[in-house]
Amino acid sequence: MRTKNFQKQLVPYLFLLPGMIFLSVWLVYPMIQAMNISLHDWEIMPGRTSPFVGLAHYLQASTDPLFWSALRNTAFYALVTVFGQLTLGVSIALMVDRLIRGQVIFRVLYYLPVVTSWVVVSLLFKYLFNSSPAGFINYLFVDVFHILSSPVPWLNEANTAWVAIYSLGIWKGVGWTMVIILAALQLLPEECFSAASIDGANDFQSLIFIKLPLLLPTIILVFIMLTIGAVQAYIQVALITGGGPLHRTDVILSYMYYLAFNDLDYGYSSSLSFILAAIVFVISQAQLRLQRPIEMTAGGN
Amino acid sequence: MNRKIMERARQIGYTLLLALGAFITIFPFIYMISTSLKGPLFVFELPPQIIPKQPTIQNFINAWTSNRFGDYFFNSLKVTLITTILVVWFASMMAYAFARFNFFLKKPLFYLVMFFMMMPAMTLIVPQFILAIKLKVIDHLSGLVLLYIAQNIPLATFLLRGFIEQVPVEIEEAAKIDGASAWDIYWRIILPLSLPALATSAIFVSLGAWDEYVWAMTILNNPEVRTLPVAIAAFQGTHNSDWGLIFAASLTAITPIILLFIVFQKFFVKGISAGAVKG
Repeated sequence: MRTKNFQKQLVPYLFLLPGMIFLSVWLVYPMIQAMNISLHDWEIMPGRTSPFVGLAHYLQASTDPLFWSALRNTAFYALVTVFGQLTLGVSIALMVDRLIRGQVIFRVLYYLPVVTSWVVVSLLFKYLFNSSPAGFINYLFVDVFHILSSPVPWLNEANTAWVAIYSLGIWKGVGWTMVIILAALQLLPEECFSAASIDGANDFQSLIFIKLPLLLPTIILVFIMLTIGAVQAYIQVALITGGGPLHRTDVILSYMYYLAFNDLDYGYSSSLSFILAAIVFVISQAQLRLQRPIEMTAGGN
Repeated sequence: MNRKIMERARQIGYTLLLALGAFITIFPFIYMISTSLKGPLFVFELPPQIIPKQPTIQNFINAWTSNRFGDYFFNSLKVTLITTILVVWFASMMAYAFARFNFFLKKPLFYLVMFFMMMPAMTLIVPQFILAIKLKVIDHLSGLVLLYIAQNIPLATFLLRGFIEQVPVEIEEAAKIDGASAWDIYWRIILPLSLPALATSAIFVSLGAWDEYVWAMTILNNPEVRTLPVAIAAFQGTHNSDWGLIFAASLTAITPIILLFIVFQKFFVKGISAGAVKG
């Protein structure tokens, strides 16, 4: 009897086993290893000693101007792209929601950039923002709209390179925001609006006083998810500017990758990973705390 | 009457505005297709031609033959298929355990899964790279599959557990009385009933594996063994003005995904809010 009970206890563990092996080998063990690395001046070559340095790498970050600039760049990237995706995504969703015909086709078209690989769209924007007069954006602003007097070498300078990276970030994410907001809109109870319109509310009033407040929980959730995604930006920066010129367009992850695989400074690089992970966890906590009440009120998404 | 005209005007106004926005959204794709049909002399022509004057499919032929994008395509396909099947399998087993059993380590193990679901994918790349060297999977597609499985299991488990919890337990209880084992219940009841959730997970896992770039670029250095994203980025790095060919290769990489999206739209919409947790 006891052995049978024991066997029964074992069943769930057997179901977890194959997956847990992968998690242990490729995530849990590397996680411990990463902590260890971040506390040492790590040498990858076997036989060389890796001196223990304690929290020195974390202190190093606090005085490293390149780290601060990467952190600032990440924050600005998040700020600009999240704001852009939200305003455009919400506006588009509100319009699509009112359409009698064409909802599906617009949803598909606006969603296309979302399903396209980051590598491909990064190269595509690199081409569009090419510095030659025949680069498409230069052509558009110089020859078609006459906004610029001469072609701009967009990607050679940090400020203008950010224009390309920001526009890519916004362009790629609008459809995602729009689809989630649209789903939430379509779950809103119809009665609210008919009651309001009987009471004489015009469209603008019902948008400001009814729709947006009801959407607010979803908007906040989307805001958090977009922020989590934005602080992890890497491919777009790596492929469009490579963090250059002179690290001026580095974000946290591109600087982290550079430190590890160009400078071979594994210790310092790992400490930056943990700083980023900490940032993401703090934002995720806000999400978890918000998600529960939302699921109860709006039926989740 | 007036209201009707107002509504009509609004419908037309919104449609025009949305069509303009949609045009701006897909224009980069149109321009990419157009460029892929241009010879090298025409990619920086002034004014740029949206409809190429002398269209050619030479770029596609070159990409597929002399630049071996055919091989890379099949590498990507292999990696994606194996990853997807194994992730969905292992994750559904874990999800079943978390949804239906009570056991001593349930809570800590589930928190562990949640923890890695939130952990940014790139944070452990240094120790994972060192591990890949030790396990001698550098320059092997298996090195990709191993990490992709581990990275995709947490979110898939989380999604599937949520779904399985909603499946009514009565059928299983009836099966138990008939003497079915836990494995029978998982294989014959849970899996078939979870098909929509399995499809949603399979779609986002395959999308992620197909597009993955950072890990692949880190462990694959040998041009013989590459996946499409690595091959495309590497090609742009070495032949940085051959945009026609770069976009011909890019189109072979994104077309399957776009087709998958158009056919399985429903599952995408379901999967995105969940898939978004990782950004």
